[in-house]
Amino acid sequence: MSLPGWRKLPIGVVILTPGNSVEYKTGEWRTLRPEIDQERCIRCRTCWMFCPEGTILEVEEPYKTKAGREYKITYKVDYDHCKGCGICANECPVKAIKMVEEVI
Amino acid sequence: MSKPLTVWDLPKEEYLAPGHRMCQGCAAAVIFRHVLKAAGKDVIISMPTCCGEITSTVYPQTAWRVPWIHVAFENAAAVASGISAAIEALKRKGEIPKDKDIKVIAIGGDGGTFDIGFQALSGTLERGDNVLYICYDNEAYMNTGIQRSGATPLGAWTTTTPVGKVWRGEWRPKKRKDLVAVAIAHNVPYAATANPAFPIDLYSKVKKALSIRGPKLIHVLSSCVPGWRIEPEKSIEVARLAVLTGMWINYEYENGIYRVTTPVPKRKPVKEYLRMQGRFRHLTDEDIKKIQELVDAEVERINKLVGKEVIGPVEG
Amino acid sequence: MGKVLPLGGNYAVAYAVKACKPDVITAYPISPQTTIVERLSEFVANGELDAEFLHVESEHSALSVAIGAAAVGARTYSATCSQGLALMNELLYIMSYIRLPMTLTIVARALSAPINIWNDHSDFMSVMDAGWIMMMSASNQEAYDEILLAYRIAEDPRVLLPVITSMDGYIQSHVVEPVEIVDDEEALSFAPKRKTWVTLDPDKPVTMGPVGDPSWYFEFKRQLWEAMKEARTVFDEATAEFAKKFGRSYSAIETYMLDDAEVAIVGMGSFMGTIRAYIDRARRDGIKVGALRVKLFRPFPSEDIVKALSNVKLVGVMDRALVPGSPTGGVLHSDVACAIKQAGLDVRTLGYIAGLGGRLLTMDNVKQMIDILLKYKDVKEVPKEPFFIGVRE
Repeated sequence: MSLPGWRKLPIGVVILTPGNSVEYKTGEWRTLRPEIDQERCIRCRTCWMFCPEGTILEVEEPYKTKAGREYKITYKVDYDHCKGCGICANECPVKAIKMVEEVI
Repeated sequence: MSKPLTVWDLPKEEYLAPGHRMCQGCAAAVIFRHVLKAAGKDVIISMPTCCGEITSTVYPQTAWRVPWIHVAFENAAAVASGISAAIEALKRKGEIPKDKDIKVIAIGGDGGTFDIGFQALSGTLERGDNVLYICYDNEAYMNTGIQRSGATPLGAWTTTTPVGKVWRGEWRPKKRKDLVAVAIAHNVPYAATANPAFPIDLYSKVKKALSIRGPKLIHVLSSCVPGWRIEPEKSIEVARLAVLTGMWINYEYENGIYRVTTPVPKRKPVKEYLRMQGRFRHLTDEDIKKIQELVDAEVERINKLVGKEVIGPVEG
Repeated sequence: MGKVLPLGGNYAVAYAVKACKPDVITAYPISPQTTIVERLSEFVANGELDAEFLHVESEHSALSVAIGAAAVGARTYSATCSQGLALMNELLYIMSYIRLPMTLTIVARALSAPINIWNDHSDFMSVMDAGWIMMMSASNQEAYDEILLAYRIAEDPRVLLPVITSMDGYIQSHVVEPVEIVDDEEALSFAPKRKTWVTLDPDKPVTMGPVGDPSWYFEFKRQLWEAMKEARTVFDEATAEFAKKFGRSYSAIETYMLDDAEVAIVGMGSFMGTIRAYIDRARRDGIKVGALRVKLFRPFPSEDIVKALSNVKLVGVMDRALVPGSPTGGVLHSDVACAIKQAGLDVRTLGYIAGLGGRLLTMDNVKQMIDILLKYKDVKEVPKEPFFIGVRE
């Protein structure tokens, strides 16, 4: 991969594209991956609140559990960037998140 | 009296993008996320050289979705003062719309605040510049590999206060520099402590601080996975235990009044907090007793300042 | 002809800065710069200048504040010298490489130790590699005019480099000369405030000052080399326009009686006045001597200097800052000698170290310098060691 030369780079080492760190897939750091059990999850927002990466995504996807409980939102993991730290699983009040070995 | 905030009051917008290189489980990342949520889009961030800076701005990538500047190690506060002054001047001259409330926040680590950044911080606070200074304190120079700083607590192992025959971790200070007291000594309108295990409290403190004109300081404990020798998943739990043992007290100071925002009716013994961390592994029961005494003294001091017992005795 | 006021160099600079309407001024006292910021604070206190004036707690913070302010798009000013400049040293390199403009006046003073508040060029020379455009004046009028030129050049989108203007401490700063000042409108029409650089703006968020690892660092250094070359072009444009508008002509160098000179003295700053005065005497005695004053130090005007000295047999370069252990002992001599060598010219040079720590240059000293030149004018081997003019042996 060839990097741009000095003539093409914006001057002053300024990074003009906010948040372009998303291009860097920190998901590759993982040895454990979090898996959210949508049946157990009570949509308390705790995992979303404590995630250091912001990779617990709160999506507007309704979900109905087998027991009949209905939720308007669902929590999903951004596996491109989740580093597998396990804070979500550790903090979840109903233990709805399991840290599973990441197998390539 | 406003309604207490809940987790659902935290805005959804993420101003810190993933892809930054902070360690797995880094509490600083949690802190930044919530500080930025409280600040919103109209903010300019000044950071010194620190973990948060080098991991989030590796050219050509940046994790920041707000304007952000890093200059050097000891001057986050001074740079923030310059930004704030420029905004004032440009507003007066009509270059920036007068009704645009652009907040200025300096976020620095303990090294860049307690030690090398102390002078610049003092200048900013003393001049009354309209800057919120947030110190995220992981209690050592973590960026350069866990060296002792002016915030390193008694007994902690660091790479420059290692455990050997003569030294057994950090031996001073008896009580580390009290950053909030330093700020209060500069007559600031608002100063507070916060903790990543209590993000709603942190969020509301940042929001409150930003609504006040003048210099403000928030000192936030920041658990560090490699520096404290903890498991990544325990990062928030250990920060919470700091509060539950009285090792860290969440309080705020506003116009002469102290208020503890996370009361702890019955404290857990500090041993529970210390035993969770590898950096305190070498401590004897005698050492732990000394630390418990320090915590007891600080709890008593804060209770006196508040005027009632908001942090209770050790349980059991 | 504008209003002429009797002004010391510092006050002249203060008036010039006022005319350019800066947005943010940062100030930390250090002799002999202090009266610049004192006068500026009076202007602000009287409502004559609308600027945010920050009383910082050290020079390091002075430049930090300036960088923060410039990053938001403010026109910024500060002044310092000697230990203060040394204290803000790391930030000079940072500001130039993140390409933020500002004007900084150095009221040249000796670097400690021993602590010495008097004039030499050691502080000025100590930042020669920081990537700033550097000018040195020799009169209070020139010190005044340099400020206007500085903002004009610094904020030019082809340049975007911070500028150092300078003068000799006490000799210029505290000595009164007639200075023609311009009014704010004229100053601003010459150096208008424009949004020519990327700034910190919540509507267009950018990141400034990131980590530049080995894959990237080199390219940004290369960019600055190019910007310095552009700076010379812009300097020439600006000085030409300045001459048209205000009637005072400046160029990168100032020559005196060099056309038929066999020997010449090269130097910077106010001492060149003494040297010119002595040259008038020497000329009456039939000595073919001339002088060259370097005004624009960075970017170094190699071509101009070489052209001016091309027919001189022997050049004595006076440095007012010592670099112990270096081949010439002085930065100016090294740069001049190198420029001559690069041009392939057969002009020999020798060096003087003079005026350190405020030791004044007397007419006798200048006679000594010229005598040395005459002694070695037709000799093949020229001494490599610099001559320490005015030191007690």
